[in-house]
Amino acid sequence: MIVTIAIVRMRNLFGVIALSGVYSFLMASVLMVYDAVDVAMTEAAVGAGVSTVLLLAALHLTKSLEYPMPRPAAVPLIVAVGVGLALIWATYDLPAFGIADAPIHKHVAPHYLQNAIKETQVANVVSAVLADYRSFDTFGEVIVVFTAGIGVMLLLKGRRTRRDGSQGETP
Amino acid sequence: MRLDVVLRVGVKLIIPFMLVFGLYVQLHGDYGPGGGFQAGVIVAGAIITYALIFGIEEAQRVAPRKLVEFLVPLGVLIYAGTGVIGLLSGQNFLDYSVLAAHAPAGRERGILLVEAGVLVTVASTMIALFYAFSERGR
Repeated sequence: MIVTIAIVRMRNLFGVIALSGVYSFLMASVLMVYDAVDVAMTEAAVGAGVSTVLLLAALHLTKSLEYPMPRPAAVPLIVAVGVGLALIWATYDLPAFGIADAPIHKHVAPHYLQNAIKETQVANVVSAVLADYRSFDTFGEVIVVFTAGIGVMLLLKGRRTRRDGSQGETP
Repeated sequence: MRLDVVLRVGVKLIIPFMLVFGLYVQLHGDYGPGGGFQAGVIVAGAIITYALIFGIEEAQRVAPRKLVEFLVPLGVLIYAGTGVIGLLSGQNFLDYSVLAAHAPAGRERGILLVEAGVLVTVASTMIALFYAFSERGR
């Protein structure tokens, strides 16, 4: 929470990137507390590691100081607060946190937990669900990573060759 | 930064362990936390650390840009190919049970294969993005 406020208030983008890395590590420890080790690992590796490096590399291409906002923006503030309140209001319809007979624990989860080892010989149920039962979703995620990577590479490279007026390596 | 002895020696010591840890996360994903995404990011992190300390040219001698950009679609193809094997054998797309004599063993093998595909795509995408950013900045 404190880190988030500091990120919003800070104008130096280098500090913002460092703080968002800190935030990712804090989120990873929160997920650890909830026993979601796989997600915590992803958060620590992706959120705190690689995205920090990539943001720093992006910062290298631009200026490191944010421009001050030209005028105070009332409408975005109202929208943000309104959406936040609506989300908080919606949480009252959720089942209580950690309760055993919530719908999410009654549908397919018991089947996975009981049969994953027998059906796939894989002891980590998270891996079994991700790569076998929900393989289509994971395939979609890989496609997303692939497409995003191709898009960024095309954007960054296309500009360079156009500005230089020549193909290939630049000195 | 390139003249900093402590950083250079420390990174040289630590990178083999990063790579081995990446492989451990990949191959031990069946039993412990981990899998292709995490392992891919860890492997990419090792290469990116090397590039940060020793310069981008040195890193491109280890992982050439052409190779990295070739591996990006290759990982997707490994994943999709694993699915197509099932399709060709008369099962559904991404049904792994045809990969071995017993259905459970086949599914385990299929999980290993698709995780390898995920590893290849994620790691090479991250490295390629880093190369793209750092070469643009020059």
